[in-house]
Amino acid sequence: MAKNAFQGTKINPRKFHKSQIKFYLILIPVAIFMALPIVYIFNHAFKPLDELFAWPPRFFVRKPTFNNFAELFAVSSESNIPVSRYLFNSIIITLSVVLISIVVSSMAGFALSKLKFKFKNSIMFLNNIALMFVGASVAIPRYLVIEKMGLVDSFFVHIFPVLAIPVGLFLIKQFIDQIPNDLIEAAKIDGASNIRIFFSIILPLIKPALATIAIVSFQSVWNDAYISTTYIDRESLKTFAYYMSTLLSSGNVVAGQGISAAGSLIMFLPNLIIFIFMQSKVMNTMAHSGIK
Amino acid sequence: MNNNGVLKVKNKKLNQGENATGWGFVLPYFASFFLFITIPVILGILLSFTYFDLINTPKFIGLNNFVNLFTADDVFMQQVLPNTLKFALIVGPVGYMLSFLLAWLLAQIPQKPRTVLALLIYSPSMTAGIAMAVMWRIIFSGDSSGYLNSVLLSLNLIDSPIQWLQDPKYLLNIMIIVSLWSSMGIGFLAMLAGVLNINEELYEAAYVDGMSNKFQEIFYITIPTMKPQMLFGAIMSLVATFNAGAIGVQLTGVNPTPQNAGQLIVNHMDDYAFNRWEMGYGAAIAVVLLIMVYLFGMAARKLFGEKE
Repeated sequence: MAKNAFQGTKINPRKFHKSQIKFYLILIPVAIFMALPIVYIFNHAFKPLDELFAWPPRFFVRKPTFNNFAELFAVSSESNIPVSRYLFNSIIITLSVVLISIVVSSMAGFALSKLKFKFKNSIMFLNNIALMFVGASVAIPRYLVIEKMGLVDSFFVHIFPVLAIPVGLFLIKQFIDQIPNDLIEAAKIDGASNIRIFFSIILPLIKPALATIAIVSFQSVWNDAYISTTYIDRESLKTFAYYMSTLLSSGNVVAGQGISAAGSLIMFLPNLIIFIFMQSKVMNTMAHSGIK
Repeated sequence: MNNNGVLKVKNKKLNQGENATGWGFVLPYFASFFLFITIPVILGILLSFTYFDLINTPKFIGLNNFVNLFTADDVFMQQVLPNTLKFALIVGPVGYMLSFLLAWLLAQIPQKPRTVLALLIYSPSMTAGIAMAVMWRIIFSGDSSGYLNSVLLSLNLIDSPIQWLQDPKYLLNIMIIVSLWSSMGIGFLAMLAGVLNINEELYEAAYVDGMSNKFQEIFYITIPTMKPQMLFGAIMSLVATFNAGAIGVQLTGVNPTPQNAGQLIVNHMDDYAFNRWEMGYGAAIAVVLLIMVYLFGMAARKLFGEKE
């Protein structure tokens, strides 16, 4: 009856069924197309010089070598800053931003979801509008604000301006909305303060959302060359992404390619690894991402 | 819940404590939000009514910047605006529909292959910015050793290498392809989660009521049920599309792009603000951009927002 009529139309099926073949026929080619450029760069990064120059160029590497990586770290920029310094800056900056933005947005998400205070709705309203915020559009006034605050050419310019991530707060707040109020009321009756509630009830329950914010902020900070280009003069404070962008503008196309590819790989891998580890948590958060 | 009168007085006192705690929790986020998002937006709007070169104090000039932008700036009207609209109208909706379609397809297969395929499809959006530009510049490299050129040459589809990134004919289209390629981002993940979370009984009930195929399923059950995720996805792809302005400059390495072929509104603003130091004019361009994004966003809300 009803069950019979329903056969074959299953969302999230348990196992393979030949009616699914048509979906694979579309998905697999798309996935290959999406992954090809990345696979190419993977191979490129390990090609020895003669394979980089080979004509016609080969897609896959034959004799993989770490030469490109060695060379990437051997060349220092014009001002004698070793590449490891840029990488070190990137790591420190990314870690700080990820950590601080997790703390800052989960605190705000808790307050906006579970506490009552003045202007709470206005803040949420502003943040929802800011979901549509295109960062590039305020480059000029933001520059003026940062200059007035004396942040130009300081380490903190990498951190302060990127802490507020409207999407991050939005996702965390939606996630905290799912936590029953009774749980919090009960803790209050037992005499727990809001701070205590935040640390011992909210934080453990919203780990998936925290992982998601971590990924969102990681990707935006780790890949960013703009801040170094715009606000930093001192070479020793610039990031790896910035260094990569200078490789781009120095014309040596073929010889620089192996080094560039190696650098791209270093930029890309952490993104991939973090996402693989956290993907189930991200999907869990995304289930609550809807805007009503 | 309705509070009764006796408790009200007491609540007021409690609320003051909660008011302070609430603000305490929000303050760190709000400070950064206010300083680096709210103030810049307001300041940008104010600056757009001025002439400002960063050295002298801004001079109020009314609507002059906007009038010039729409009447005297040939590059803007003939190249930047058409480029931006073409780019946005293709990358936005096509990228969005692709995200939904792929999310829906992925939901039809078992979890293990789904996770792997979803990861592959999502991976380009992780390669944001510089790493992506490096990669595509190698692939689209203009000499015969550029990967695409060599493939086409060896297939005899072309006789001489094409300057993919320097030739105005190709640049905008390449930008569109690259942006589409990397557009399966956070909105895509949200929609995948949305499709997966739809209660199966809804489908069963609909089939009992006479629904007969997958297309009806998508239009009568899937999309209406996951409207909130559809809206989130739409807003995310909107923002990603307009933020992608840097792509042309990253691919070619120069601003303005060769013969303004890949000039988008964001590049035009950067060009005026940071190459020519006309901050007021740049701010006016930014205001036009903000208004465009806002209007598109409102349209998305009309389309997918819950009716009140």
